[in-house]
Order: sequence, then structure tokens, then C-alpha cells
Amino acid sequence: MLLSQSPAATHPQLPTSSSSSRRTHRSAPPCPRAGAAPAAAASLLPPGLRAESLPRHVAVVMDGNSRWARARGMPSAFGHEAGRHALEETVRLSRAWGIRALTAFAFSHENWSRPKLEVDFLMGLFERVINDSVAEFLRDGIRLRVIGDCSRLPASLQRTAREAEEATRSNSQLDLTLAISYSGRRDVVQACRSLAEKVRAGLLSPEDIDESLFAGELETSRGSYELLPCPDLLIRTSGELRLSNFLLWQSAYSELFFTDTLWPDFGEADYLEALCSFQSRDRRFGRRNL
Amino acid sequence: MLNEKKPDEIIATGVLESLQNFLRKCAIAVLSYGPMPKHIAFIMDGNRRYAKSRSIKEGSGHRVGFSALMASLLYCHEMGVKYITVYAFSIDNFKRDPTEVQTLMELMEEKINELLENRNVINKLNCKINFWGSLDMLTEPVRLAAQKLMASTAQNTGLVFSVCMPYNSTSEIANAVNELCKERRDMIQGQHTGSCNGLTANGGTHSDISVADLDRHMYTAGCPDPDIVIRTSGETRLSNFLLWQTTFSHLQNPDPLWPEFSWRHLVWGILQYQRVYPYIEQNKTLAKKQL
Repeated sequence: MLLSQSPAATHPQLPTSSSSSRRTHRSAPPCPRAGAAPAAAASLLPPGLRAESLPRHVAVVMDGNSRWARARGMPSAFGHEAGRHALEETVRLSRAWGIRALTAFAFSHENWSRPKLEVDFLMGLFERVINDSVAEFLRDGIRLRVIGDCSRLPASLQRTAREAEEATRSNSQLDLTLAISYSGRRDVVQACRSLAEKVRAGLLSPEDIDESLFAGELETSRGSYELLPCPDLLIRTSGELRLSNFLLWQSAYSELFFTDTLWPDFGEADYLEALCSFQSRDRRFGRRNL
Repeated sequence: MLNEKKPDEIIATGVLESLQNFLRKCAIAVLSYGPMPKHIAFIMDGNRRYAKSRSIKEGSGHRVGFSALMASLLYCHEMGVKYITVYAFSIDNFKRDPTEVQTLMELMEEKINELLENRNVINKLNCKINFWGSLDMLTEPVRLAAQKLMASTAQNTGLVFSVCMPYNSTSEIANAVNELCKERRDMIQGQHTGSCNGLTANGGTHSDISVADLDRHMYTAGCPDPDIVIRTSGETRLSNFLLWQTTFSHLQNPDPLWPEFSWRHLVWGILQYQRVYPYIEQNKTLAKKQL
């Protein structure tokens, strides 16, 4: 596995943990969003990280595989394979450091426009990754879930995903969500359709629809995942400064972290930097610090 | 309130301002060679911290912030940006200290009334002013003033200045869903009463709800998505602002607090946008294909 590049925080717009004194430090983030990591994991934390102010749910936009491969004169498939290793490492670190949920944006709905060869390769890669990882998930207590528009995925991938979800259902150490063929806007639209259907069936009236009812219809809130649908920290690699239709509703209050590092190079040092940055953020949720 | 100035100070200030104006016009000329954003959204963060750092009363931070807003509006207009949207007050901000909320409401009422008094100038600029949000949560004087200002500028076709107050994107989306469900229900009921020859009504209308349908019911209907979202004071989060509309927007978080935001920072922001413009446009085109 390639070593990660050392992430110089050269991006002019990134807040770093050593940024201006204007930002006040809070000793405890507002409840109920923050929670303590499992006590056992605290001893495994690298210096600089405090268990009580780690994000409970981290989301990653794994951007930059193709660019990474192009920079090495290789086809994009090479970049995606390297990206796989970066994801596996991030999953391992998340579990070790006591992060409760990790959501990875593997394939957006917009990505269907990519060349068929690349798309077919990616579908095959996802199937292989899920198949190969089930044993490890079972061993490490990782619960897998796949969200996104399944109807466009190859039947074999749909089957593999369903079986892996079923097999890991009772795990509880880390909730891993893979967003494949996912689009934040489409998630909102499908929630809207589902509510419209309920209204049509007379199960509820439009006046009953409020934010919490709506939030319960989103893909990320299905099943027993309703406790942590919203990421506390959203990391996007490769220097792109936008959300690109990822967890639209769910990232309303997420701290965003952008890094120039390309996804295959994202490793422990980069993850640590993102988590340290998160720890230094002043999360007010519209209120004031006093 | 002007302080007494010596004549040579006044001349020096005048020369400095002329120089700044000249530099600004040069910067605009350079920028206009590249693609200009049509819509810029601002999260005006940092007023209170500004007041604290200068040891002035907290309410004054918001007042200076308002001046910065008017200045930014004019700079954007100068550069040809047609749509400007600002996050003035979040629904979450009602959870703040009641005194601060009261101060903000009074400031908003005062400023809206000032704009109403100057509506000739606004109409001359051909500026349309929108207030987006759950207006029924505002105190009555503020709401009435806002509605009056909206009505008096509704026919303008130039610059579009939208003020989000009190606003939450999740409320906006829930509201849009609510309205869309009502619309569908009324449509189905209309079909049921209308069909009197035994044919069943088309009950499948729920399944063809699309992104465009939701777009229609957002406060921002008819307005293009923001090209750039600028959040001042260095914070990197959206705080429930235009989540639906900023899917492909370029997110920027310059360090200056909102009252410190000036035309230099705006020029820099637009330059950043122009740098990545080809890539953003490519992504937007691909995304539209998949809708």
C-alpha cells in the first residue's frame, strides 16, 4: 500500500487546528450530537485526539482515484484499486479509534455518465470488495449497509450486497455505509414519493409532514440506523470544494473538511489531520457560545 | 457619526478612496475576461466576534455587518452578478438569548424600513428584493415591512437580492414536500370528482414526482443555483443553508469576519471560482444528463 503524502495544510481556505484565536474552544460539544467513544478504544488513540470530542459519524467523498492514476500514467482502474486500499485503511482506523459510523461515497448517480468500461470495472470492484470483506466484517463487528438506487446495479452486485447486509446485521462495533449509485437529491425525491404515497393511501395528511417525519423516510434512516443518520464530519479529498450531491439533508450541520490529497493517498496522517481539525471546530448549531 | 477631521486627513482619505476605486475597477476589468458567477450566496458569519474583538456593543457588530452587506451588494452588482442571496437569520438562531434575538429583529425592522424609504433608488437600480423563509415566525412589524418591500420591488427585472430570514434548508425542503403532497392529493381528488364515466383516475401520480417538481416548490423557484457559497469567518459548514441548491456550488470559507469582508475578498473568491470553472461546468452537465 502506498504511503500517504504528508498533507501540508496549504489550502488557503482550510481551517487548521492552529488557526486564529478568534475561534473559541469548547470543552464539550452540545448534546445530544456528541457522545463518548467506547472506553476501550480511547487507549488506542494517537496523541492529539480526545475520545470525548471525536465525531461519532464520519462521511467521506472518495474523490481523486482517476487523477491519481493519470498522474502515474496508468488507467483509472489502477486508481480505483488503490482507492480500495485507502478505504480499507480508513475503516480499520475508524474502528480502532472508536468512530461509530462511517459512510463512504463510492459511486454517485452522476458517475453513470462515465465510460461504460470504467463503470463496469467499478461494479465488479464493489462486488469483489464486499465479497472479500464479509469475513473481516464479521470478525471485527462491522455492520455493512449499501444505500443508493439499486435498480441500476448489476443483479450479482445487488445479491452480494443484500447477503453481506444480512450476514453482518447483528454487528455493532462500526456501521459502514457504502453509497453506491447514490444522489442526495434523489434520496430527497424518493422520500417525497414515499410520503406522497402515504398521503394518497390516507395514512397521513400533508399537514403532518414535518422535518422529523421527512428525515425518517430518507435512505440513511432506514432500519436500525436511525440513530446516526447525520455525519458530524464530512471529508472530501482531491481539493474539490463542493458536496456533489452527497448527503444533502444529512450534512446540514456537518463540519466539512477539504483536503488536496487524492483519495488513494488518504491515510492515517490525513485522517488524523481531519479529526484534529474537527476537534478544534466550534460547533454552535445556530446558538451562541457563552 | 463622523469624527472631526483635519483638512489634510480629509484629502488623504479622498485620495485613498479614489485609488481604491481605481484598483477595484481594474480588478473588475481583469475578472470580466473570465466566466462570472451568476449567483453568489453569502453566509454572513462573524458579526458578534467582530464586536467582541473591537470591544464594541454586540448589536453594533450586526450594524457594521449590515453596512458590509450593502457594500458587497453594490460590488456584486458592479461585477455583473445578477443574483445575490444572504443567510441573514437561521430558524436555529431563535434559540439564542432573547435579548439578542430582539435586537436582531429590531435591526431588521429598521433596515427594511430604511430600504422602503429609499425604494425609489432600489427601483432605479431595477433591484428585486425577496425574503425567503418561514416569515410567519417573524414578529408582525418585521413581517409586514418585509412583505411591503417585496411587493414594491416585485416588478423589477434586474439584480435579485434574496434575504433568507428566518430560514432553514430542511424546513424549506419539508415545506416543499408538504406542498407537493397537497398538490398531488388535490390533483387526484380533482380527477376522482371529474371522472364520471366509470374510468379509474390515474392514481400513479406519486411515482412521477421528480427533482423539477420539488424545485418548483422551493423558495428559490425560478432562481438559478448558487455558483459560489461564501461563508466568512473561516467556518467550514453549511449550517442548514440552501442544501438542495448548493449541490454543485463552489464552497469558500475566507477567514475575515463578515464586517471585514471587502471587495478584495470578493475578487479573490471569484478568481478561485474562475480557476475551477471548467471542471464544475463539466460536472453540472453530466449531472443534468442523469436527472
